[in-house]
Amino acid sequence: MDKAKIKKGGLSDTNLLLLITIVVFFLMYALAVAFLGQGFLKPQTFFNILNENAALIILSCGMSLVMITGGIDISVGTLTALVCMSCAVLLDFKGGNVTTAVFLALGIGIAYGIVQGFLIAYLNIQPFIVSLAGLFFAKGMTTIVNATQFNVENEEFKALKAIRVYVPGMGSINKKGIYVPAYVEPGVIIALVVVILLFVILKWTKLGRGFYAIGGNQQSASMLGINVKRTKFCAYLMCSVLAGIGGFVYFMHVGSGSPSHAAGAEMNAIASSIIGGTMLTGGVGNIVGTFFGVLSLSTIKNIVSSMGLDESWWTNITVAAMICVFLLVQSLVLRRKAKLNKK
Amino acid sequence: MEKEPILKLRGICKYFPGVRALQDVDFTLRRGEIHALMGENGAGKSTLIKVLTGVYVKDAGEVHIEGHEGSVNIHSPQDAQNLGISTVYQEISLCPNLTVAENMFIGREKSPITNWAKMNKRAGEMLSALDIPASPTMQLGSCSIAIQQMVAIARAVDMECKVLILDEPTSSLDEQEVEKLFKLMRDLREKGVGIIFVTHFLDQVYEVCDRITVLRDGGLVGEYVIEDLPRVELVSKMLGKELDDMAEIKSSESDEEAEAKGDIILEAKGLSSSEGIKPFDFHIRAGEVNGFTGLLGSGRSECVRAIFGADRVTSGTVSVNGKQVKIKKPIDAMKAGIGYLPEDRKRDGIVSELSVRENIILALQVMKGFFKPFSRAKAEAFADEYIKLLEIKTASSDTPIGQLSGGNQQKVILARWLLTNPSYLILDEPTRGIDIGTKIEIQKMALQLAKEGKSVTFISSEIDEMLRTCSRLIVMRDRKVVGELTGSDLTQGKIMSTIAGGDNK
Repeated sequence: MDKAKIKKGGLSDTNLLLLITIVVFFLMYALAVAFLGQGFLKPQTFFNILNENAALIILSCGMSLVMITGGIDISVGTLTALVCMSCAVLLDFKGGNVTTAVFLALGIGIAYGIVQGFLIAYLNIQPFIVSLAGLFFAKGMTTIVNATQFNVENEEFKALKAIRVYVPGMGSINKKGIYVPAYVEPGVIIALVVVILLFVILKWTKLGRGFYAIGGNQQSASMLGINVKRTKFCAYLMCSVLAGIGGFVYFMHVGSGSPSHAAGAEMNAIASSIIGGTMLTGGVGNIVGTFFGVLSLSTIKNIVSSMGLDESWWTNITVAAMICVFLLVQSLVLRRKAKLNKK
Repeated sequence: MEKEPILKLRGICKYFPGVRALQDVDFTLRRGEIHALMGENGAGKSTLIKVLTGVYVKDAGEVHIEGHEGSVNIHSPQDAQNLGISTVYQEISLCPNLTVAENMFIGREKSPITNWAKMNKRAGEMLSALDIPASPTMQLGSCSIAIQQMVAIARAVDMECKVLILDEPTSSLDEQEVEKLFKLMRDLREKGVGIIFVTHFLDQVYEVCDRITVLRDGGLVGEYVIEDLPRVELVSKMLGKELDDMAEIKSSESDEEAEAKGDIILEAKGLSSSEGIKPFDFHIRAGEVNGFTGLLGSGRSECVRAIFGADRVTSGTVSVNGKQVKIKKPIDAMKAGIGYLPEDRKRDGIVSELSVRENIILALQVMKGFFKPFSRAKAEAFADEYIKLLEIKTASSDTPIGQLSGGNQQKVILARWLLTNPSYLILDEPTRGIDIGTKIEIQKMALQLAKEGKSVTFISSEIDEMLRTCSRLIVMRDRKVVGELTGSDLTQGKIMSTIAGGDNK
């Protein structure tokens, strides 16, 4: 065979979808700057998007993991509410401190992950069903822990919540002519660490590649010598643990516990993953894409509200349209690529 | 000079609900040999392979592998890999969303960290050593099926394996690629690897293999050195017909004078279909019964499906009564007076929720058009007539066909086609899975139709049946027509030697 006939590697489906996501995000942001004025040019506007969505970024990362294996976990939203409420109640006790609250959040995540992962991976129950049960359970537990919203008055926690990390070299001059440096909340740092860590795991570890293999073809993966059950279990465990971490980040941001916290966050996480190029069918996806997926989702929401269309149904319809457009673009591009490959 | 065994299977049994897939099978693989595992579909080859690779767990028996004391247990594909058994499956079992290099290495790296640079480099070396035109960084799904299969082979070969199992690896490869694979197999044999080779292609067996083990109906027929087993004998062992018996059976009912009398009803020239049939010519005369024969998978059904338009025809012409017709869909064939009783009754034939009556009038209704339904009385008259004529055992013509026995279902389908009064009827395995009495009735029916001046093509796995009914046999091998037998050539021995082909007297 002549070497000339060998096609170069080219972009994999995963990287192609990532590229689309990033390009669309920047286009959208540029349009927002052009039509909605300078507000979007202020660094703090961008960083506020991060501040608002640090928890969602973490939840979406976990969601992407299980979606890459071809599964789903719809319990992460109510699990976030459960973590918020549990931590809030703990901090309200005498002697409750932030360290124990962090461990409580992680503990809830780990316990959830073990149970759901076991049911899904080892007993082979549909992930949708298992996490649906998980969703209701967390919802119920949250109300049992405390039925109403209440704010945390713990001093140590209030200090933690007030921490601002200033971004060097970024800032803007306010109306009074005073320079205001741009800042992010600690949760954003945690979210970024999670993104980087998971990116590395997915790209360079046996475990991460196993996620992709299972999502590509579970039976083949097993025949290739991958321990499918253990790998799946790890994916759901990681997803729930990330929901625990995300729950605490959410808690730091809002500073209260409430049964209605993070309502529908699981759907936002799924939407962000899809916009970020993760396919529901499994095997394709990228954590960096998910990160940009969250940003795109919240930017479009910001755009809609700065246009004065502040009612929630406008946002919902815009998000729906956006998901449709993304899926359409993705399928068109993938189909075109498949066609080119055939030639 | 007997080489030492590397793998010994003793008394392997495997049961599935209601099926005895493997019964007390022994198999021995020696160091540095290529061992063919042969048998018809359903003989148990794939089950045996899957037991060996840990996809199924055996119900009884022992597996001994060199370097391990006693019987080893293989519970998963990982176990098999760790024991040095690597496998290339018939269907590609790789992950299409991963790169070529990953597919070659995933599941067997020692370190938990993936070193892409090293992996791509090694994969690149492997690919160029094996002359596989693919880049390591390509996504597997964007490669052709043949390349994917070669990647699977490259993966299996690269493992430090003692036993390499190739389960019909050549079905998606072209001749050059098959040659490359054979060269690779011979190289590995030199290195002392034991290779189990499963294939349907007899030529390939005689080209590379040293030894043959034949399975039939889940049982062991025997193990043979290739020089001692001529092709004819191999075929007879696979089919389960002894050569001695064959000599005795002389076609007593030879009404050869009947042939070559009528006009040519249907003629096909250079016909081929999307199912990979090599172009073939075919004709049938009025009042003739002919048949396609060959091993399973040799393309018997595909030929008639091409004539009937059930598969997409890719080349060739069909003329009916001397006039060229275009058959693109079964309805075209039906309008030209052709009927087709499909091979898989359950899938292609019956509509099991509908009543016997509705099943009988189905084909005629389709030809008439759905918007002009038959009156109830007319439909009932049709149904009753054929229920009586074919002696279909059913409670009433309103009984759902799914409740009937296999033989009676088959008669209903036969009635469906007889009702359309075709001038040419194709019966594809009409006697499979039904009782002897009904088998004979159906054979008689075919001969009866021929007497009435119609033409019938009869396909059956049972050579006896073919000899009893057909006056001309078209023999197929590897999706090609390889011979046509008539008159005194119609004996089991002759048919088998034609099926086997190659170096026979």
